[in-house]
This record gives sequence, structure tokens and C-alpha cells, in this order.
Amino acid sequence: MTSTMVVSILMTLIAASTPLLLAALGELVAEKAGVLNLGVEGMMLCGAVAGFAVAFSTGSTGIGLVAAMAAGVAASMIFAVLALSLMANQVATGLALTIFGIGASSLIGAGFVGRTVTRLQPVFPAALSEHPILRVIFGHDILVYLSFALVAGVSWFLRRTRPGLILRAVGENDASAHAIGYPVVAIRYAAVAFGGALAGLGGAYFSLALTPMWADRLTAGRGWIALALVVFSAWKPGRLLLGAYLFGAVMTLELQAKAAGIGWIAPEMLAMAPYLATIAVLTMMSLGRKTGRLDAPACLGKPFSAS
Amino acid sequence: MKQPREQDVPPRLALAHISKSFPGVKANEDISLSVSPGEIHALLGENGAGKSTLVKIIYGVQQADEGTISWNGSPVSIPSPKAARKLGIGMVFQHFSLFDAMTVIENIALGLDEAVDREELKSQVAAILQSYSLPLDPEREVHTLSVGERQRIEIVRCLLQKPKLLIMDEPTSVLTPQEVERLFATLRQIAAEGCSILYISHKLHEIKALCDSATILRGGRVVATCDPKIETTKRMAELMIGAELRKIEHGKATGSGAVRLEVKGLSLRGEPPFGTDLESVSFEARAGEILGIAGVAGNGQAELLTALSGEQLADGAEAIRLDGKAVGLEGAGPRRALGLSCVPEERNGHAAVPDFSLADNGVLTARHRLPLAPHGFISRASVKRFADGVIKLFDVRTTGNAALARSLSGGNLQKFIMGREIGQQPAVLVVSQPTWGVDAGAAAAIRQELVDLAAKGSAVVVISQDLDELLELADRLCVINEGRLSAPRPVASLGIDEIGLMMGGVHGAEAAHA
Repeated sequence: MTSTMVVSILMTLIAASTPLLLAALGELVAEKAGVLNLGVEGMMLCGAVAGFAVAFSTGSTGIGLVAAMAAGVAASMIFAVLALSLMANQVATGLALTIFGIGASSLIGAGFVGRTVTRLQPVFPAALSEHPILRVIFGHDILVYLSFALVAGVSWFLRRTRPGLILRAVGENDASAHAIGYPVVAIRYAAVAFGGALAGLGGAYFSLALTPMWADRLTAGRGWIALALVVFSAWKPGRLLLGAYLFGAVMTLELQAKAAGIGWIAPEMLAMAPYLATIAVLTMMSLGRKTGRLDAPACLGKPFSAS
Repeated sequence: MKQPREQDVPPRLALAHISKSFPGVKANEDISLSVSPGEIHALLGENGAGKSTLVKIIYGVQQADEGTISWNGSPVSIPSPKAARKLGIGMVFQHFSLFDAMTVIENIALGLDEAVDREELKSQVAAILQSYSLPLDPEREVHTLSVGERQRIEIVRCLLQKPKLLIMDEPTSVLTPQEVERLFATLRQIAAEGCSILYISHKLHEIKALCDSATILRGGRVVATCDPKIETTKRMAELMIGAELRKIEHGKATGSGAVRLEVKGLSLRGEPPFGTDLESVSFEARAGEILGIAGVAGNGQAELLTALSGEQLADGAEAIRLDGKAVGLEGAGPRRALGLSCVPEERNGHAAVPDFSLADNGVLTARHRLPLAPHGFISRASVKRFADGVIKLFDVRTTGNAALARSLSGGNLQKFIMGREIGQQPAVLVVSQPTWGVDAGAAAAIRQELVDLAAKGSAVVVISQDLDELLELADRLCVINEGRLSAPRPVASLGIDEIGLMMGGVHGAEAAHA
């Protein structure tokens, strides 16, 4: 295996992991605040289509990214109003949001199928970003670096800052947080919006960076893997990074195996690998703990009303 | 208000004509009271008397419909808990506002209105812990702490804000006698430093021991204001429940009946990480007697109850005998059918399904011994008749047998659950914390039912942390301590101090501080 091959595999791996990491990190923050938003896939698709449409119309991928975040936030606010203010069931509302996102992105994207936009460009100058070896480090677009910065930022925010402490408190015991005087619902709105923004960015990564061409259901179920990753990470940003790259690796393996034409294993088996890995890991984690609690925020998914 | 020593100072807190209604109920009606600086003032009343609503109004959680609140002589409005804390009002809730998965120091930080530097906060907390000699490790996670330690977090949280008025809501309901003593010492010290304390309770002897004055509420109104040091507890209790207190009448036959429940060398692994292992527990309960099991929470009571109920099976059939029949390997259903009824401590979620109606909750345990579900089909008519019977006989205040279990107050649900079990005429009834959080009137009724059940020839086992209750009820008493059960002794031969020490004995460090 040549060094260029290794570099190329690593580049694919990073590209496959970044949208997972972005979307899962947003969901982690929402879940830390006690909100289970199963609409990640839908929010990603909204972000993907909005990012693509705006980038196509304006010719600017930067404006496209902003639009993707805005679309993710807007989609998450539909969820927030229903699940937090009107106290609809979070699981059902999240699933509905995913179905809505699939439909809405199809509708808006109908006129864009097959069109292309300028791909998101690497941050560093060509001397570094196209260097045959160094491009592993310098050859990426802004979202890759942002995703790493966000892992560190979210981790610091949750563990070290007072707003982060309050956010965790709201997810841990909403009634107590309310009794002390924290605005539980407002904090949850903010956390859900953050989750929406990152899901939107994660979706836009597909339409603006990975394949700068619109196709229906572009995210192909990655939102669900992002959800599983949050559980896999035991709600810890550091482990989330690890998990996202582990799943990215499994997906890359699948692609590489197909490309290399390995015949002794059916490609369908490889396509199943990430999902089998999810189940295997979740089962191992449950067995490894006596409590079965998995460190989930205690109020995850519970509706809260101040009365 | 009788406060001869504080004549010229305006009261720290004065309420005038406070009223508050909720749809369908007047929670507070024309309530006036005042608390002087440094005074420990008791707010006394049964569940549903309006204490909680009144306190929520003072603490800014809810707003009064009518009436005024004065603070140091000038009228104020308290729109939020934050505003209350700003005035200098601190509150320790009955159900602690704590976050189990977080450390003590994080919990304290959450209770503060402004961000305080972590190191700075640590030293402030250390200073308070020292000056009130409160043992507490700031770095421990809350779920590893005892109830007494959790309460101390709340107290420290309040003291950090240098309160002028501290509200304590039923602070002793789950403390050991030693912990209560230490709490009282702390409260007296706080009061001596000039902070007023509003002490909410229905435990009369505590109010007598601690408080300078008392306001008694009933049905949302003030029925009396008195000096608890002078007033008799009996009189205060009668004012509180609005009727003459029923005295528990013991049956005569005690201890001489046949052995109905025999437990021999029962061991059980506790559920990690917080469970306690039962180690070779042996005792017997005879027809006609009430056996009390005292102990501080978390010493194996929960495990003992699940082992007796059949939720956890014993190692061998011989470990538990019911009327001579070995049932150690039988599950909960067969044991119930044979006449072993258990009432766990947690009403909603363990003893009853919160979202089921009372009628349906009745079927859940009574179907084994009563013909409520012949051939597997539920007979609605008999089920309703059974539930109505329990509701009537045990004076359960509810809208009817269709009411959801969760809609009932703790005391009323407990009455229903006790009624459901007693109505089946069990051979043996095991009950944990029968009157926890239940008001005095209902508690007396429940205790009387237990005594009556024993008098009819059943054996009753009461697991409780409330020593007064055990001393009043039980014929013989043993203490459970780190999963081991002491030999039972006749209650008449024991003093409350002796039992308290037996209970606290394991917690060496705690007892040493008491």
C-alpha cells in the first residue's frame, strides 16, 4: 500500500466522519439539556437542501453554509414549539420532523436535481492543501477544522462554564432546576436550536463538500447514526469524536473494499457494517454497566411544564 | 403574635390576608402571620392544609391572589424565587432540588444566582461547613450521599446567601434521631445569629422542642397561633386535624400466636452499585403481633422487602416459610395467593401504577385472593365494588374509583393501597414506611388498621424509619443494619435512644458527630 493510497483513505475517512460528528455534537447538547430530538436526519436534509439552493443561487458556498444553519435552526424550532411549548411527545415529534425534512428537501430540491455548485474549498493555500502527504492535515475545508474546534468548545462549555452547568442541570432534573429559578424551557429551546444549527451544517457538508451536486435523500440515514453515536459516546464530546471517526472508518472500509473489488464478501454485508457496529457497541456498553443507566441525562425525553 | 423580646423591631416577615385559589380549590384563605428576627416559627398543618402553597407564595414560586407581604416592615412583591433570595429568603425543600449525577460543589454552584469562581466557592463552602460543624465532602456525587447529607447541601446552599429568613419544609421526615438532633443544633445556631426560620412540619414534638411560636393551618385557613412550648401536643394535633385524635387501641393477643412467617438465613445480593447485601436474616412473625423493623434508609430495607414479596427469590425454598409452607422459591404471584401481601415504600411506580385508575390498581394485587378476574377475564363490576369498598372503608379522598393513582395525594394513595391489601385478609402483611409523608389524621387511621389486622390473627411486619411510629405500633422490634437484622426485642424493654444508637451505629463517623 503506497503512501498516497493511505493519504487518500484518510481523506475519505475524515470526509465521512465530519458530518456525523457535527450532527451528533449538536444532538449531544440538546440531549444534555434533556431533549430527545429524533429529527436529526430531517434537520440535516433541510440544511443540505437550503445550503445547496442558496449556494446555487448566490454562487457563494459561504452564504450557503449560513443558510444551511438557518434552515437547521428553523426545522429544530418546529420541533421545539411542538415538543417543548405544546408538550407533544418528543419521540413522535422527532420522527415526524425527519419525515417532514425528507419531504421538504425533496420538494425544494426537485428543481436542483443533477445541478452542481462549487465545492467547499480547502482553507489552506494550495502549496499545503495539495501537498501529497501534508494534505492529510492541511487539505480540508473549514467545516472539518470547525468540527474539531466544536468538540473542544462543547466539552469545555459543558464541564467548565456556568451556563454549561445549568444546561446539564436542566437535563438532569428539570423540576429542581425550575424550583431554583432557571428558565428550563428557554434553555431547552437554545439547546435544540444549537442542535438544529449543527445538524444543518452536517447536512450541508453532503451537498456542498462531499458531493456538490443535489440528489434526493442525500444524507442517506446518517442522521440516525449520529443519534446512535450520542448514546455510544455516553454523552461525552471526547468519546463522540472517537465514535464518529470509528463509524467513519467503517464506512470508508466499505467504500474501499468495493473499490478494490474484494469478492469474498458481499457488498451488502459491508453496507450493513456501520449499523451492526452500532448495535454491537450499544449492547456491549449495556453489559459493561451494572446500572443500565448509560449515563443518560435523567430527564431525557421527559416533557416539562412549569406549574 | 407573642414575641415579648422583640417588641420594637418590625417583623422580619409579615403576611396579611393572603388568599390563593386554584381551579376548584381555595388553597389559602385570609392567612396572616408574622415572624420576628431570630425567631423559629412553626407552620403546622396536615397535608392539603395549604402550607406548601403559602410557602411557595413567600418564596416567589407562586403569586398570591390577594393580600400583602411585608419584609422588615415595608410591603414587597416577590415575583420569583430569585427575588425572594435577593431579599434574603432561603428555602430548603422537602424534596431536595438536587442533581444526582453532579457533585456537591456543582449542586451548590447551581443554587447561586451569580457565578462564583470555583476556588472561591470551595473556600466559602469549607468555611460554612466548619463554622456549623457540618460533615460533608464537596467533591462527592450526590447519589452517593445519605439523605441527611443531601439536606446539608441544601442548607449550605442557603447559608451561602446569608439569608435573613430560612424556610425549612418538612426537614426531618427521613432523618434518623441523631441527624434530627444535629439539624436542630444547626438551626438553633442559625437563629441565634439573627436569621428567622419558618419551620414547616406536622411532627408536634419537634415543633415543641425547636420552635418559639406556631401558626396552625387547616383547610387553607389559620385556625390558631400558639406557643408550642406551652401548648400540649395533643391540643395542637386536634387543632391541626380539626377533630379529636384517635388513640391507637392495641389488641390483647400478642406474641403467643402461631408462627405465620418464618425467615431463616435469608441472604440476598443487593443490586450494585447502591444496593445492600442481606446477610443471613432470620426472624419470625406470629399471628396477632406487629413486628417492627427499624433502621436508617439504605441498610437493606428495600432488599428485605423485595425478598419477602418474591420480586427476588431466595437461595432455597426453606429460607421463607409462610404458615409452615416453604415459599422461598415462589414468585410474587404465588406468594400473594398464599396470603403474603407486601406494600413497598414507593407508592407511585411500585405499589401502584400511576397512570392506572384506582379500580385497575386494585385488580393488580387483589386478583390473587379475591374473585376479581375469574378465568382470566376481569369482572368490571366486582373490581369497581372492591375499589369502592376500599375507598369508603379507608376514607380515601378521591373523585371515585376511576381516578388515576397519580392524581391522589401521597396520604390518600397510601390509604387506598393499605386498604387494598388489608381487604384481602392476608396471612402476613409486610409494609414499608406505612405513613411516610402522610398527614397525622391519615397516619393514625392507617396505624389503627394495622393493629386491627393483627388483632384478627394476621402477622404484620412494619419496616419504618419513624421510631415513634414503631414504638407506638410494634410489639417486638429489631433493627436492620448493613443488611443484618438484630434479634427482636419486646418494645417495652427499649428506649428510643438505645434504638437510635443501634440504627446509627454502623455509620461510625456520623454517630461520632452527633
